Amino acid sequence: MSEQFVDREIPIQSSSEPSSLRLIATLGIAGLLAGIVLVGAYVFTLPIIERNKEEALQEAIYHVLPGCSKYEALFLKDGQLVKPEKNTEAGSQHSVKRIFLGYNEKGAVVGFAIPASGPGFQDLIKLIYGFGPKADVIIGFEVLESKETPGLGDKIVKDQHFIGNFSALSVEPSLEGTPKGSKTKPNQIETITGATISSKAVIKALQVSLGEWRPAIQQYIEKNTLSN
Amino acid sequence: MNTINQSNRTYTEFVKGLWKENPVFVAVLGMCPVLAVTNSAINGLAMGLATTFVLVGSSFLVSMVRHWIPKQVRITTFIVIIATFVSTVDMALEALVPKIHKELGAFIALIVVNCIIMGRQEAFAAKNTVKLSIADALGMSVGFIFALVTLGGLREILGSGSFFGFLLFGDHFEPWIIMILPPGGFFVLGFLLLFFNWLKKNRDERLKKQTAVLSKTMQGA
Repeated sequence: MSEQFVDREIPIQSSSEPSSLRLIATLGIAGLLAGIVLVGAYVFTLPIIERNKEEALQEAIYHVLPGCSKYEALFLKDGQLVKPEKNTEAGSQHSVKRIFLGYNEKGAVVGFAIPASGPGFQDLIKLIYGFGPKADVIIGFEVLESKETPGLGDKIVKDQHFIGNFSALSVEPSLEGTPKGSKTKPNQIETITGATISSKAVIKALQVSLGEWRPAIQQYIEKNTLSN
Repeated sequence: MNTINQSNRTYTEFVKGLWKENPVFVAVLGMCPVLAVTNSAINGLAMGLATTFVLVGSSFLVSMVRHWIPKQVRITTFIVIIATFVSTVDMALEALVPKIHKELGAFIALIVVNCIIMGRQEAFAAKNTVKLSIADALGMSVGFIFALVTLGGLREILGSGSFFGFLLFGDHFEPWIIMILPPGGFFVLGFLLLFFNWLKKNRDERLKKQTAVLSKTMQGA
């Protein structure tokens, strides 16, 4: 191997200390360029990411409300469900908690799709579930976002048996976890072997969310006498 | 003559990462992603590809600006470059392939602390031309992907009974769950390291014997 491929030593490195001004300038320029690149990437990807999330949410709503073909968003305001006002719709859509009322093709109510979240094994588990208000049952369930242990906790996302729990799950008197194969009551959820903590986290998140939304939903139904 | 030498050198720098200086099996670097994401082959592959992009991009930039960066602030500058690449990859993946981004979760952001990347900048890209640095980065990346997929594949087969998501065995196979748990990572990595060291030792001994025989025949002649 000949000498010419070995890079020559840079004189400034071996002979003298560079001035602190030069060090500051180097880091300043590096930081500035990195900042520009990052802001550019952020601005460029943000609308795509938002659109992806919106699409995923829409898909999830149709998934947890079987037979749903149309939905509208409802907001919680002073303990009551209200339809979005024109001026709040655009700006505060992401900061206000919202649920979705789904209708089927004939215009009858299918149920409410309710996003919820709760602490899982590692991070917040974000999920959405369908709630049939008349029979007080959960009719669908999907995990939107989770960082549960791959191969174990993330079975709450993929395990069909676990997800099957939520096709006609009574919420009266309260949700209850039980080991796989031992379900006897309509309000029991069979947890996943090897993912007990994640299963319980899901149940707790659902219970908390139900406690928060059910009174408002019941009020809304009485007021609007929805046929379900 | 010159060009032949140069292409030879590029080739050598590329190939060394695959086997002889494999970042995982020989240098035992970057253990955080190696152990954390290799519970399935596809996760290993995706992690390997993301790391490849960051490593090649960083090596390219670092070798380009290597003459302008004073020695005293080089590590800081490298980290700024690497972190920028990682954040960009993170956002790009979330925008373009949200499913894979969801799968890899927090580990994308953790590429920034992967010591293979910092190590290659400091040990190679900061001292070599752009072309050689990219060859080096690509070689190391392919070696890294090879290691991640081997480890992830073995753990997936043992722990879930599947390979790249395809079920290999019938219903009677009871998955060896511990293999996709953290301890399984250590077990499989340990055995792989044993295996590769055994291969190396065997080869060295064979080489030694060959040289001994060769020198004997030389003396005889």
